[in-house]
Amino acid sequence: MYSFLQGPVDPVLLVLDATLVMGCAGIPGLFLKRPGPGQVVAALCTICAALIGIPTVLQLLLSGTTATRSIAWSLPFGPCDLAIDPLSALFLIPVFLVTAAGSLFAVGYWPARQYRRSEPGLTLFFGTLGASMALLLMARNTVFFMMVWEVMALSAYFLIVTEHEREEVRRAGTIYLIATHCGSALLLLLFSLLAAQTGTFLLPPAGSLSALTPLAPLMALAGLIGFGAKAGIMPLHFWLPPAHANAPSHVSALMSGVMLKMGVYGIVRTASFFYDIPLVWGTILTIAGIISALLGISFALAQRDLKRLLACSSIENIGIISLGMGIALVGAASRIPELMYLGGAGALLHVLNHSLFKPLLFLGSGVIIHATGTRDMNLMGGLGKTMPRIGGLFLVGTVAICGIPPLNGFVSEFLLYLGFFSQLQGDNLIYLMAGAPVLALVGGLAAITFTKLYSSVFLGTPRSPGGGVHRGGELQMGVPMLLCAFLCLVIGVVPQMALSLVSPAVMTLFPRLPLLPLSAEYGAILEKLSLAGVLLLTMALVVTVIWKWRLGREPVTAAPTWGCGYQRGTSRMQYGGTSFSELAISIGNGVVRQRIERPLLAGLFPERSRCSDTPTETLLDAIIAPFFQAAGMSFAFLRRLQNGLMHIYVLYIFATLFILMLWAH
Amino acid sequence: MITLADQLLVLVLLINFISLGTGRLIFAIRAVAVQGVILGILPGMIHSFSWHLVGITVVIIIVKGFIIPRLLGRAVHSAEIKREVEPFLGYVPTLLLGAIFTAFSFGFSGSLPMLPEHQNYMFVPASIATLMTGFLVLTTRRKAISQVIGYLILENGIFIFGLLLAGAMPVMVEAGALLDLLVGTFVMGIVMNQINREFSSLDTSLLTSLKEE
Repeated sequence: MYSFLQGPVDPVLLVLDATLVMGCAGIPGLFLKRPGPGQVVAALCTICAALIGIPTVLQLLLSGTTATRSIAWSLPFGPCDLAIDPLSALFLIPVFLVTAAGSLFAVGYWPARQYRRSEPGLTLFFGTLGASMALLLMARNTVFFMMVWEVMALSAYFLIVTEHEREEVRRAGTIYLIATHCGSALLLLLFSLLAAQTGTFLLPPAGSLSALTPLAPLMALAGLIGFGAKAGIMPLHFWLPPAHANAPSHVSALMSGVMLKMGVYGIVRTASFFYDIPLVWGTILTIAGIISALLGISFALAQRDLKRLLACSSIENIGIISLGMGIALVGAASRIPELMYLGGAGALLHVLNHSLFKPLLFLGSGVIIHATGTRDMNLMGGLGKTMPRIGGLFLVGTVAICGIPPLNGFVSEFLLYLGFFSQLQGDNLIYLMAGAPVLALVGGLAAITFTKLYSSVFLGTPRSPGGGVHRGGELQMGVPMLLCAFLCLVIGVVPQMALSLVSPAVMTLFPRLPLLPLSAEYGAILEKLSLAGVLLLTMALVVTVIWKWRLGREPVTAAPTWGCGYQRGTSRMQYGGTSFSELAISIGNGVVRQRIERPLLAGLFPERSRCSDTPTETLLDAIIAPFFQAAGMSFAFLRRLQNGLMHIYVLYIFATLFILMLWAH
Repeated sequence: MITLADQLLVLVLLINFISLGTGRLIFAIRAVAVQGVILGILPGMIHSFSWHLVGITVVIIIVKGFIIPRLLGRAVHSAEIKREVEPFLGYVPTLLLGAIFTAFSFGFSGSLPMLPEHQNYMFVPASIATLMTGFLVLTTRRKAISQVIGYLILENGIFIFGLLLAGAMPVMVEAGALLDLLVGTFVMGIVMNQINREFSSLDTSLLTSLKEE
């Protein structure tokens, strides 16, 4: 990278500067009395940071090189090395992109004038969350890693509890905080074991450790649980739906689109340390992925809260990503380069894809909530008529997340399918074939889920009065969505380009195997896919043009959806989200529950009554909450230590000092 | 000169016992003021003359000997409390504990790996003993003013330890430590004022009502 003034510029330094700008973007707003300018300044700073960061990172990624830099610090944990290798670079793209998109979206969605009290904090922590994630990806010193990991966790907590006046929000925040710190505890274990093994606090380079040492399985398990808690792999997903549902929408977009991926990054990074990974590691990750994907999407299907549904679908997508990583590790264990490449590339491309369409959907949900004032899909409807543009953008997101061509979700799932089928002629991994129908089932359920979502929100007629009123800020909210939708389409139509971004990252992951020819081979396959995508788009365009033309020729009469010519039809007589998904849920009953309370109808003219449904949170309510209650009961005696007497607290310090002195003695 | 310094340190230790044994707040404040003045003189005893040293001595004597006692005296006057009634632990037990801790600190510092030029001084044991006295006052007394006194004694203990390094210590650090003390006393004064206004008493054990259930 060259600057005009001084010649070569260190790319790490450039990204670091961009990160600092992003992290400090919210600070001016804290000191301004007038609401508004601070938020705009923060958005501009973050966008500038993204404009510096993304090109630098892309250049590093495409050249496949690793840039390193050491920062001087006075802590006794060895040098604080920062590095951007292709793997970090790949994850850095969404960090910059989604943070910038979210901070622009916030200007329209959470205007400072309207939310005077909560806006400065929200803006500040949004920036620190983005910056901490960027630093996390660059950190090569485990102590520094833990520091920024904690900054990330706490920033996210403060973002979740933005509307802390509501009890529900505080509960979501507390559950998140507990989950994230349980994860951090295991990460400390992981890093201490690593330090014990390598003798330094630096992360070991890829493929440098043996997985057959007695400590290695413990490290892998600590990494899987610690990072998995952040990523939301089942059964560690329980914090995710309430946290995502109760945070402001652009925060959910950043958390779901990017923060969960930090967990994935951690798992991938931990796996990359070892060169002789046993088969069982890959199998565990694959099974965890399958469970998360299947159960995640089943939970999503049962939801009636728009954002909870999207959050559950994040669990599904994380499941697909870990499924891909799992088969890559299975491939590594059985020395099958195709499997490693396809699994790794599918997973990493899905990381990139999910960080485009999920923020798109969450931002869209923000606009919807803004317009309707509720998160309950059963109270929405007909928004497609009042805000057709947002509806169109949202449709792009739903099609992409269902993995339907020609959008990006299809490409990554296609790679995974190729991976499953690649073992058809193999000798001993033929059972991997079973993954294909599972992935297909997940895709089918996703299609039902998002049909339910889209139809109950955008189609039909409004189910509650006053819905669908747009309250300004369309431009700031629309532009980030448009950007995400555009990128979804680009990756979908020219997938070979996206593959060339992902390939260097896969190669850093498995440095010992020659994956370059495979990258060229599958690039060629994706080029054919690109042709099909272009064809499909052209067809869609032609059909639309013909349809518009036909519409223009005939007289058009407007009537309510599901009106069916009936004079006194009300909006409550249409299919609701719950009725749409009821059948699908009843098939999966037991795993997913939806408690529907319906009245018993008798006689010819039944009286007015109520019917309600609530999806149940099986894991949190049945296992985790009782577990924590039991833990709270059995450690109640510890609460006596905190008795509020200042003298006793001083006594604790004194006693500690005394014991330390005696011990040193 | 060394013996004089040691004798002054013995005086410091005796003042520790005074502050442990007395219930009269004004008396304890004066005792700690005297302790501060002695500590102000001490650097001059063990280090060679320099204007830097003179400056430190003067400032320490002014701050520890006059300003802080003045502030505390005013607080006692305005709160209208003369005595520490009902401490958590009686005066005699605290005195005994103080004696035990002083003995312990002498034993402890004997086994510390010290530089040969520091070995003959009483600085380290006196420092640890004073520190522990401060802790004792902090833990056993109920009134906020006694807490401040405990804090001052604690600080004095740390200061004695710092004397060993006084030659090497830059002015900024010393000024910082003094400023720290002064600000600490101010803050505690404000806290006392607030406690007094909120609970109409300076009993810090009432602060338990602030505990989160």
